[in-house]
Order: sequence, then C-alpha cells, then structure tokens
Amino acid sequence: MGLIKINNSRCKSCYICTETCPKGLIKKSEETNRLGDYLVKFEDKDNSCVACAMCAKRCPDLAIEVFK
Amino acid sequence: MQAVFSTPEVMKKDFRFTFCPGCDHGIAVRLVAELIDEMNLKEKTICSTCVGCSVFLYDFLNIDCVEAPHGRACASATGVKRTNPDKFVFTYQGDGDFASIGYAESMHTAIRGEKVSAICINNTTYGMTGGQLGPTTMMGQVTTTSPFGRNKEYYGYPMKIAEQIALCDGTAFSARVALDSVPHINQAKQALRKAFEVQLEGLGFGFVEILSSCPTNWHMTPEQAHDRVKNEMIPVFPLGIFKDLTENK
Repeated sequence: MGLIKINNSRCKSCYICTETCPKGLIKKSEETNRLGDYLVKFEDKDNSCVACAMCAKRCPDLAIEVFK
Repeated sequence: MQAVFSTPEVMKKDFRFTFCPGCDHGIAVRLVAELIDEMNLKEKTICSTCVGCSVFLYDFLNIDCVEAPHGRACASATGVKRTNPDKFVFTYQGDGDFASIGYAESMHTAIRGEKVSAICINNTTYGMTGGQLGPTTMMGQVTTTSPFGRNKEYYGYPMKIAEQIALCDGTAFSARVALDSVPHINQAKQALRKAFEVQLEGLGFGFVEILSSCPTNWHMTPEQAHDRVKNEMIPVFPLGIFKDLTENK
C-alpha cells in the first residue's frame, strides 16, 4: 500500500501527474492554492497505490512525496 | 510509513521553482540535487550558473554559486576549478547560453579538457526572452523570430551540441538524454552521474545535453510538449553516449 503527499504551495497545476499515474489515482481538484493554481487530489479508496513514484519522478515542481 | 521519494536534502527549505508549469527544468534540477546528495558533494560543490531560465539555481540549491556573465559559465567554472582543484564544479546552462552566446567559451573549455562538468538544457528556443529562434531550433519550427518556420536558406541548420563536444580531445564524457518519460529520466540521471564522476576522477570535461520541453513558448500543454520531445526532437537529436573515456579504463 502506498501513499502520496502533495505540497500544494509548490504545485503549478501542469497535471502531468494526473496523466502519468498508471491507476488514475490523481485527479484534478477545484481547490486552489494562494497563488490561484488549481490543485490535484489523491484518491485511493481501494488501496491500489503501489508507491511506484512515477508521479513524483515526472513532477517538474517536486510537489509530490511518496511513502510506502 | 517509509519515504520512497522525497525532496533531496540539498534543496532549500520552502522553495518554489520559478519555472513555468510543466517545464522540465525542475526535473533536471532535482536530478542534480539527488546526485549531490548521493555522491556526498554538498560541502565541496560550486556551481556556475548562466543567464536564462536556469538563472535562479542558487535560489533552489543550498550550495555555493557563481553567477557568470551571459554564456560564460564554462569560463567562470574554469577559473573556479583551477583556483580550487579540490572542489566539485559544474555549470547549468540553456542551449542559447551554452551553444550560441557562449559557444566559444564552451568549446574551448572542452578542448582544454578542463575538469568541470557542464549541463546544457536544450529546449530548441530562447525560453526566458520569449521564444526566439535559437541554435538548436528544429527545421520548420515556428518561433517569434522565424514566424514561417526555420528554413535552411535563411536560418541554416540546427546545432548538434553533444556530438560536437564529443569531438573535442579534452572531453571525457558526452551524452544526450531526454526527460519526456520515466525511463528517459532514469537514463538522464545515470548520464549526469557519469559526467560528475569523470570530473572527480580527473579524466576531463564531462558534458550532458538534456532535451527538455518548453510548453509556454511552444504554445502547448505539458503533455503535448512531451509528445513533441518524443516524436519530433529525439529523431533530430538522437539520444545516446557519444564519448565515454571510462569505458577504456
């Protein structure tokens, strides 16, 4: 079982992570950070994240941390 | 829970990259930071930064930096390394800075075989100044100064930097990598490690050209820009290692 933490102040809503996650666990959110960037949210109801860290490796803003 | 992936220790606290959304510069900075951590170089690293999108490197990394005049990062790195031979010195430049404005300095640093490492981010355009035609702009590519696309009659051909650096006798390692997918990002890290190691072993000049996307100036979404790197850039700028002196050791 894996878990990711998203640093909202670093995210710039490029949405590369939403298209990278092989299981589609990262989705666009309606929330914004203080600079007005629309954020992403991590939804893993079935505990299917395996902490492959592909989202974090492709995140250009170092906004994702992965735990296992 | 155990951390599988976290921010490198050498990064400053509470940083926020100044790059545009989706720009691959952030990944390149992360790979450099991870290698500085893994190779335990933090206390002996001096970076020579350029003018361009990568100019604010010293705002993200907790290392000593020299801000070089436009294009002269390799020349500044030469001075730093010759006066501090025990330090680890690298430059972080864009393609306009490395291969156009600072072409003479960059080539002669390779020809002299200075024991420094150079990283060149190739995004086929002058990113910071608004997307003008650069030395690596591809044939047919539309930029603000080539509105009908690059043609050979008027603008000439794109420059292959990694191949040219590999031809220099002083070069110990020269490679071209990309950041458009996870396997390519892993290869990029291996190449950067080699470019750092040849300096530490005193073999000569280490160089890595990194193909990067520029969604803002290409007027694309980040994913479209990565598709362009994969489908248009890599056929023009083939990936690979063009010189590696460590193979013969």
